[in-house]
Amino acid sequence: MPFINSQTNKADNIPIIPLQKKKTIFNTFKRDYQLWLLILPAIVCVIIFNYIPMYGIQLAFREYDFTAGLTGGEWVGLKYFEQFINSHMFIDLLKNTVVLSLTTILIGFPAPIILALLINQIRWKRGKKILQTTVYLPHFISIVVLVGLLNVLLSPNTGILGLLVNKLGFEDLNLLASTKSFVPVYVLSDVWQHVGWNSIIYLAALSSVDPQLYDAAKIDGANRWQIIRNVEIPAIIPTIIILLILNMGHIISTGFEKIFLMQNSLNLPVSEVIETYVYKIGIISNQFSYAAAIGLFNTLINFTLLLLMNYIAKRTSKISLW
Amino acid sequence: MGFLKTKNKSELIFDIIIYTVCALVFLVIAYPLYFVIIASVSDSTLVSTGKVLLFPKGFSLFGYQEIFQDSRIWIGYRNTMIYALGGTFVNLLFTLPAAYALSRQEFRARRPLMFFFVFTMFFNGGLIPTYLLMKDLSMIDTMWVFIFNPVTVNVFNLIITRTFFESTIPNEMYEAAIMDGCNHFKFFTKIVLPLSKAVISVIGLYYLVWHWNDFFTGLIYIRDYSLQPLQIVLRDILISNQVFAEGAGSTGSGYAQRYADQVKYGVIIVSTLPILVVYPFLQKYFEKGVMIGSVKG
Repeated sequence: MPFINSQTNKADNIPIIPLQKKKTIFNTFKRDYQLWLLILPAIVCVIIFNYIPMYGIQLAFREYDFTAGLTGGEWVGLKYFEQFINSHMFIDLLKNTVVLSLTTILIGFPAPIILALLINQIRWKRGKKILQTTVYLPHFISIVVLVGLLNVLLSPNTGILGLLVNKLGFEDLNLLASTKSFVPVYVLSDVWQHVGWNSIIYLAALSSVDPQLYDAAKIDGANRWQIIRNVEIPAIIPTIIILLILNMGHIISTGFEKIFLMQNSLNLPVSEVIETYVYKIGIISNQFSYAAAIGLFNTLINFTLLLLMNYIAKRTSKISLW
Repeated sequence: MGFLKTKNKSELIFDIIIYTVCALVFLVIAYPLYFVIIASVSDSTLVSTGKVLLFPKGFSLFGYQEIFQDSRIWIGYRNTMIYALGGTFVNLLFTLPAAYALSRQEFRARRPLMFFFVFTMFFNGGLIPTYLLMKDLSMIDTMWVFIFNPVTVNVFNLIITRTFFESTIPNEMYEAAIMDGCNHFKFFTKIVLPLSKAVISVIGLYYLVWHWNDFFTGLIYIRDYSLQPLQIVLRDILISNQVFAEGAGSTGSGYAQRYADQVKYGVIIVSTLPILVVYPFLQKYFEKGVMIGSVKG
């Protein structure tokens, strides 16, 4: 820990300020007080808006009492968790949430890797630039505009894609209001919006590959496909693993806003996920304790998956988040 | 890389495949965006029968006329403008000094504080406790909730900025400044900030875009219509199909229906325009920003 470890001092190279003095917490505070003042506003803000809600999680175990506030109320233990697990919604919510997140990862995670490898192969500089500018662009469109775009483009009567689908013979298929098409439309539009932006990080990793590796591979007679397989892909594996761990942590918290906006009464059987349900139970129906318990259930699964993935990655490839 | 010299048949085939796939990716991503532009200035009957494909047909600005007559759009625009500028200012005011402190190697509390921030990326209180906190703070139905919320200090942006300071501000510079009697406050404002325009633009843009696109805050915390941000107004028009209350759209339902789509295409463009205007100027920083941040995730 940096508070007591004297070895870090030498590397620190701090001028003038004498380090021979006893390093009590008070002394280091005195020396660092300006840095503390600079970071203080951020600390206060994070405590209020991020840590107090964590403290408020105990609401999930209490009966919400309007007068007692966030952490008052009578202790009811696991009552609301039991209520959720025994409710008729439980299996459907869990299934929808997992299906949506897994499909998003399965399709959405490899897509930017492939795109980055592809962009990296383009040797026509101007073309490369135009392609990159274009594929980054959709990332900056808001969720509301994206769903609005889907609505007008996929409309079976007036949308250009809807018309196309009808011409291809799926006449009765309304892409916006069918239990069959909800997941594909959700996932593919997600790929469309973020594939370019997410490829940046892999492009950055690719650009730092040692040119000598390319030369060596070429001397060994490797063709371009072999260079991709044996030089470029191994070079981005660490990046891939880190991002995969991070993504797994979100496996069960799929994009609330987009799903919420894409929901309608016809696709509800497959589009109701835990997060949209929490919103409806908590914010709309004011059942705060029940909704907090469902939300905590969600967070805990997220967190466990993150830890698990991190552990597996650490054991198998020695790459981990911490 | 010298690939060009050794061009044989298999290389050529490889190139053809690469360029074909790239061209397809380009078309799939660019065409919907292009289509919205041409559809917004075309006759809506021609658009809805699939006749407008490459160029606008039956040029008409009716959609835009409707939009500019609608007061909701303007209220939303004004609100979002205030929230985005005020919010981004506060974001930077909190993030930059914190990132500087975390970038100083000699700062004793550096590692525990880093953990303190990073932990919030992986664990949070969830919607309901956050909502009740805002309620207890009487921030519901005020503009403050757009500015002070769990995203005020975005940890990802904090890490990007910290890494940038670490890798671009040499320690020798700090030593020299200290010799001249500079303290941390002066060093930060007089030397670090002027040297960090690149990273300030990048995270400033991230924050600005976040505020501009923020739909969640308006949905959860705002009931008062005069405080609604643009994204909520857009939701009403684009997704909930609320016909324009003012203007010609309300005169008859058949008429309104016919032009509703043209209005939608126009709204998409009008609401995304500010971002599209800033985009080319800041694009060169994107890769730099992501790259800097990825060095030490």
